[in-house]
Amino acid sequence: MEREKLLEVKNLKQHFKIGRGRVVKAVDGISFDIYKGEVLGLVGESGCGKSTTGRTIIGLYDATDGDVVFKGENVHDKKSKADKLKFNRAMQMIFQDPYASLNPRMTVADIIAEGIDIHGLAKTKEDRMNRVYDLLETVGLTKEHASRYPHEFSGGQRQRIGIARALAVEPDFIIADEPISALDVSIQAQVVNLMKELQRDRDLTYLFIAHDLSMVKYISDRIGVMYQGHLVELATADRLYENPIHAYTKSLLSAIPLPDPEHERTRKRIVYESTSKGPVGRSDEDSSIPPLREVEPGHYVSLTDEEYEAYKAQLV
Amino acid sequence: METILSVRDLEVSFHTYAGTVQAVRGVSFDLKKGETLAIVGESGSGKSVTSKAIMRLIPNPPGEITNGEIMFEGKDLAKLSEKEMLKIRGRDIAMIFQDPMTSLNPTMTIYKQIAEGLKQHQGLTGEDAKKRTLELLTLVGIPNPEARLKQYPHQLSGGMRQRIVIAIALACNPKVLIADEPTTALDVTIQAQILELLKDIQQKTGTAIIFITHDLGVVANMADRVAVMYAGRLVEKGTVDEIFYEPRHPYTWGLLGSMPRPTDDRNEALPAIPGTPPNLLDPPKGDAFAPRNPYAMKIDFEKEPPMFQVSDTHFASSWLLHPQAPAVNPPRAIRELALKYRPDSAFAKSFTKGGAE
Repeated sequence: MEREKLLEVKNLKQHFKIGRGRVVKAVDGISFDIYKGEVLGLVGESGCGKSTTGRTIIGLYDATDGDVVFKGENVHDKKSKADKLKFNRAMQMIFQDPYASLNPRMTVADIIAEGIDIHGLAKTKEDRMNRVYDLLETVGLTKEHASRYPHEFSGGQRQRIGIARALAVEPDFIIADEPISALDVSIQAQVVNLMKELQRDRDLTYLFIAHDLSMVKYISDRIGVMYQGHLVELATADRLYENPIHAYTKSLLSAIPLPDPEHERTRKRIVYESTSKGPVGRSDEDSSIPPLREVEPGHYVSLTDEEYEAYKAQLV
Repeated sequence: METILSVRDLEVSFHTYAGTVQAVRGVSFDLKKGETLAIVGESGSGKSVTSKAIMRLIPNPPGEITNGEIMFEGKDLAKLSEKEMLKIRGRDIAMIFQDPMTSLNPTMTIYKQIAEGLKQHQGLTGEDAKKRTLELLTLVGIPNPEARLKQYPHQLSGGMRQRIVIAIALACNPKVLIADEPTTALDVTIQAQILELLKDIQQKTGTAIIFITHDLGVVANMADRVAVMYAGRLVEKGTVDEIFYEPRHPYTWGLLGSMPRPTDDRNEALPAIPGTPPNLLDPPKGDAFAPRNPYAMKIDFEKEPPMFQVSDTHFASSWLLHPQAPAVNPPRAIRELALKYRPDSAFAKSFTKGGAE
């Protein structure tokens, strides 16, 4: 069965000028598809470009190069206000820091209803407030919270407000940029459960960006691993854990401590020696890496010819 | 093994406009020579305040150690004068802070920051201080240490900065090292390097480590013994195996259960702990965890449970350990680990098939 592609990212590049003709190639030519109804996890360490990828897709940055095709339309070419409005309604974002991403001078009701107002979704004031109350209940808060201000809430509650705000305009696709990193362990599980539940109930598609690999494995259908602005491996969540192929993926997986002392006593860490020059350089310099190859159905890895031959030889 | 630091009935309060916050409400534990004790808990559980109290870094006002003693080499640190404390802080007991971006002075060179302690406590200056600084930088695995001496913190990466912070803490060969979430701000591969470094240093120098964290994976990796804190109290303590394979407190169950494991079924909801921690301005009556505890009994809401002894090394404060308490089945993840690693323990044998969860 051919699954419907909701989002196609084609050779996306995001370079930041840092002066004297030098650029940071935060994202340097990455391509992937997201199918309708799935959760694609994007992992990597700080500075690998995972957040920049999310922010470029939604248009917070103007892409240096490449295309983002959403529901068959190239969204970054859209110039008319009406087109942009339509796109903004279909794609929403949940941010990492629940303290910085809510305006402290707005009530929770106004924060959540901002999108409803912009898109004119509510006919009357009453309708507007009813929508807000519904959303609050959906994310596990109560009606009484609507008139309060962000500082009156804990981190987990704020993240719920951020989720309610994203849901307010009934989007199809949500980019969640490290939505649980700032939360306590017991609260992380609550928020992840909420996000999964919403995804099931509302037929949402997520791009879930995080550095916590255990949580990403738990929520994602497929996972992409980023390293220095490139996608080095992309596979289903299970296959990525069972059969990581790229040396960087292996090093990342082997570095996670698990809550199991016996496992920890025997865990061997694999160290990845990078051969790449890093993301800072002159804009005309080539920092390309080997192309992604499909080593098994749906499992893509960036391998050089020699590495690919070695991988195939080891299979036989 | 010899006890080097002994905390008894420690209570710390903060006086605020809204009232008195009882951040630490009677914490007792011992730290033995050369061991790593992990203190685990969520934000607001009092784990950082406990460690700061040991270092006497609680700002007064608004903070105050209202009760208890902190015995170190025959002295009660809680009652020492600031002048006496200056001789201990940084020399006998040193601390590694969470955020290497803010715990270094941006206007001082690496050399000056490390040599500060050497000069203060050991009277080292000039060539001697420089020699010792280079030794320390080599010990914490900084490549090309000579070149780093004149650099400033902003010229180093996060992982390198945390190594500098560790070098400063180690400068005077402390007997106790307190690491307050030393790897929380770091990436997993860097975290792995720092943890390996700390273990390596402990083997070489024999220092005892108090490791404060909320990451149970890191605890399983680092700790010899574990103390679990909730709402300013110690709710369970034991060896690392006891805490992970035979945990007795429902809060420990909740913490362990809410960590996703690679083997988890993605279609099942993660067993999250419902609700939020209590407000310590007005700690609840009875067991502070009761409102979030699916196993709570009537008595949990009325009376605070004492510390029940499970084994020579294992203690937990839960009414479930009372002889008259009904048998309950811990969450599935907990049962699975216990049955896998401790099938013969009394804990694993207490599970009833199909019993109430």
